[in-house]
Amino acid sequence: MRFVATAAGFALALASVPAPAQNAKPNDAEIAHIAYTAGVIDIKAAQLALQKSKNKEVRDFAQNMVHDHTAVNDQALALVKKLKVTPQDNDTSKALVKQAAAKRAELEKLSGAKFDKAYADNEVAYHKAVDSALETVLIPDATNAELKDLLTTGLKIFQGHEQHAEHVAQSLN
Amino acid sequence: MQVKTGWVAMLAALALVSPAFAGETIHIRIDKLMFDPPKISAHVGDTIEWASSDFVVHTATARNKDWDVTIPAKGVGRVTLKRAGDVAYFCRFHPNMTGEIAVEP
Repeated sequence: MRFVATAAGFALALASVPAPAQNAKPNDAEIAHIAYTAGVIDIKAAQLALQKSKNKEVRDFAQNMVHDHTAVNDQALALVKKLKVTPQDNDTSKALVKQAAAKRAELEKLSGAKFDKAYADNEVAYHKAVDSALETVLIPDATNAELKDLLTTGLKIFQGHEQHAEHVAQSLN
Repeated sequence: MQVKTGWVAMLAALALVSPAFAGETIHIRIDKLMFDPPKISAHVGDTIEWASSDFVVHTATARNKDWDVTIPAKGVGRVTLKRAGDVAYFCRFHPNMTGEIAVEP
């Protein structure tokens, strides 16, 4: 249930561009900002997990999320600097931040095994949603070849995270 | 005397033909979350060396738990094969990365 809600939420965020812009594709500056924001959200969730969880699998996973998403975002920052693009905040990135805040409030109330399970399940759902957004919107709409390339590598990394999160979630059952 | 010389010659010949004696290093590249080549064959005593051009850390982790090698970002990881058998391996951080090594005696 939680999975469906979150995945739908992400899809909603991506679709929640105002009516006049509905057919307009996000530009590279917006795409870069959406991808970067999605990474920051996952790093923050991982930091919360490192504060709260005592489970080794959960902590190892969270540690890896901090490392990988930081590495991807560092590449993204270097690229936008090189391309002299200023990342643009937009309705999709704003909606993502809003949803993440709601999810965080939910997770902050939990502890122990309940937190671990909720965090792991959300990581599965979140990565599924991000991967789907990358595949169907962000990668196809990116016009700069280097940005497209970085997003494509990012997608493979995040698909790995999705599987890793599934393993962690299963280990908690 | 003649027998002894015969044995030495035979051992020397074996060392020349059998890679197991050579302990070769076999190179596998990692690029964009792929082990390349994904399938290799090797011999006991060989060293496998993974060289990554990715910017995230990977592992090469044997499913049979024989070894678990960390490959740093843009770095190298190695393992020397100690026993024969087919070994399937994956990256613990990105389980979508998989490879296989057929280890011959």
